[in-house]
Amino acid sequence: MVGSKEIIKVQNLIKQYGDFTAVNGISFNVYEGEIFGLLGPNGAGKTTTLEIIETLREKSGGEVWVDGKSVDDDPNEIKKIIGVQLQAAGYYPSLNLTELLSLFSGLYNVDIDKMKSLKSVGLEDKAKSKYKELSGGQKQRFSIATTLINNPKIVFLDEPTTGLDPQARRNLWDLIRGIRDNGTTVVITTHYMDEAEQLCDRVGIMEAGKIMTLNTPDALIDELLSTGFTKQKDVKGANLEDVFINLTGHEWRDE
Amino acid sequence: MRAMFAIARASFRSTTRSPSAVVFTLAFPLIFILVFGFIGNSGGVRVHIAVDNTSDTLNAIYKILDNNPAVKLYADSDSEIYRALKKGDLDAIVHIEKKDSGYVVKVATSDIAVQNGQLFKGIVKQIISEMNLRAMPNIALPFSLEDQPVIHGREYKTIDFILPGQLGFSLLSTGVFGTAFVFLNLRQTLVIKRFFATPIKRPFIVLGEAMSRIIFGLIGASFILTLGHFAFGFTMIHGIATFLTMMSLCAIGLIIFMGFGFVVSGLAKNESAVPPLANLITLPQFLLSGTFFSITNFPDWLQPICKLLPLTFLNDAMRKVSFEGAGFIDIWKDLGALGIWGIIVYALATKLFRWE
Repeated sequence: MVGSKEIIKVQNLIKQYGDFTAVNGISFNVYEGEIFGLLGPNGAGKTTTLEIIETLREKSGGEVWVDGKSVDDDPNEIKKIIGVQLQAAGYYPSLNLTELLSLFSGLYNVDIDKMKSLKSVGLEDKAKSKYKELSGGQKQRFSIATTLINNPKIVFLDEPTTGLDPQARRNLWDLIRGIRDNGTTVVITTHYMDEAEQLCDRVGIMEAGKIMTLNTPDALIDELLSTGFTKQKDVKGANLEDVFINLTGHEWRDE
Repeated sequence: MRAMFAIARASFRSTTRSPSAVVFTLAFPLIFILVFGFIGNSGGVRVHIAVDNTSDTLNAIYKILDNNPAVKLYADSDSEIYRALKKGDLDAIVHIEKKDSGYVVKVATSDIAVQNGQLFKGIVKQIISEMNLRAMPNIALPFSLEDQPVIHGREYKTIDFILPGQLGFSLLSTGVFGTAFVFLNLRQTLVIKRFFATPIKRPFIVLGEAMSRIIFGLIGASFILTLGHFAFGFTMIHGIATFLTMMSLCAIGLIIFMGFGFVVSGLAKNESAVPPLANLITLPQFLLSGTFFSITNFPDWLQPICKLLPLTFLNDAMRKVSFEGAGFIDIWKDLGALGIWGIIVYALATKLFRWE
């Protein structure tokens, strides 16, 4: 599934806010058709990096190309081929989902089947609900639906599962995998390591504006084990989350 | 383009669902109009008259009139006093002419203020006959009264004054509060940021939002004008033409007031900073721009300031259009002044505007 074509190239990217260096000379590539995860604690520079690639923020130094286009020269061309989900809302709270989809199809100048779009994220029966009436998971799912309106080559998801319950997270994972399986590259940030392990083809771990390491989750774990690392507790065949999911089921909730 | 209209439509829908926007645009002005509409015209105890500029004022009659507590004398240009007479602001105009045989007093009245006009004629007759009696020994009848044809006027009702003022103020609050809150909200709810992630160009985001505010404001204005006309007899002299001119004026006013809103949204760091800043702009104009009462009631030193406020120009222009049937050419001075305000405000707004 993962091709070898680099769809995002980041070289020596630097972002400074006054004296503070948020992103300190990072370089990495994202390959077409993969789910790429940027991991790291709060303030590591994940969102800043993402927003520079999305052309929402100016960089202080370095180079970024998206699908062969430089963020300096072609921001508008880049915007046409990406879908962006922000960490927090970004929608008129009092409009219903159909109206919001009309708005965004207007913004991208495309015509879409709104019900199909809502169906793809399991919100078809919320078509007439206002955005502010949705639960956290529903908001995130709707947000992902808007990122897909322009049929983008890449979607960026900034902490899409933060604050969601286990069921909602799992459903979002399925949704994100489905997007990748349709050939769209996914760039995602998250705090949850289990999520990154399950979802991402490759992850980069950021800390204080630098990328500490970058590889497939498997390779990173093997790397750590090869240094002689052992977990303090015996690993059981299941964890508490498995218990929770087993008891409360998989299905999407009307939270 | 399509993207801009998409924003305009979404923003408009969002606005109509915000209770505060509806209250500010419609309910407030309507309440005031209702209150003043029902109070109606309270009859004055005094007779308001003016002496025209070609009159002789060095005679006894003038002095007696001037000293009579029931008579209030106004001085203004002749065209101004005749306009006032037609509107019913003045009850009569006096012309005193010195002739070889004595003084001739001519009194012009209008068919609006019939009672006060008759009352005043009575007063003048009485004064003249007293003076003639006193002067008898020397000359025969040095003072005489000549009736002037009654001038046809149209009554200038309270609603004709109040409604344009309320309409102007409604546009001011929609423009300032609405725009300031909306752009602050869009910044805070990241709606603007989400727009940035789409291919729309930045100016079109503002244009789209502005378009929705203007449409919303104009719907409010047309509602106020229509209700005022049919329920309270608000005068729109040339009917639909006047209505359309009024609407264009409203659009112009709204665009300028929205500039103030952009300035406020640029200055305000958060939502609670908006009301004080917005009130700083709207309240003085609410009080000083002839919204409730004519600015001629203010002390002389304050009047020049009142006359410079943008709402004053808009209110004046709207009153001239609605009652006197003025066209755009007749109100070029007010429009020019509004234009200057527009340039100042938007220069400031572009400097202060913040996207994030």
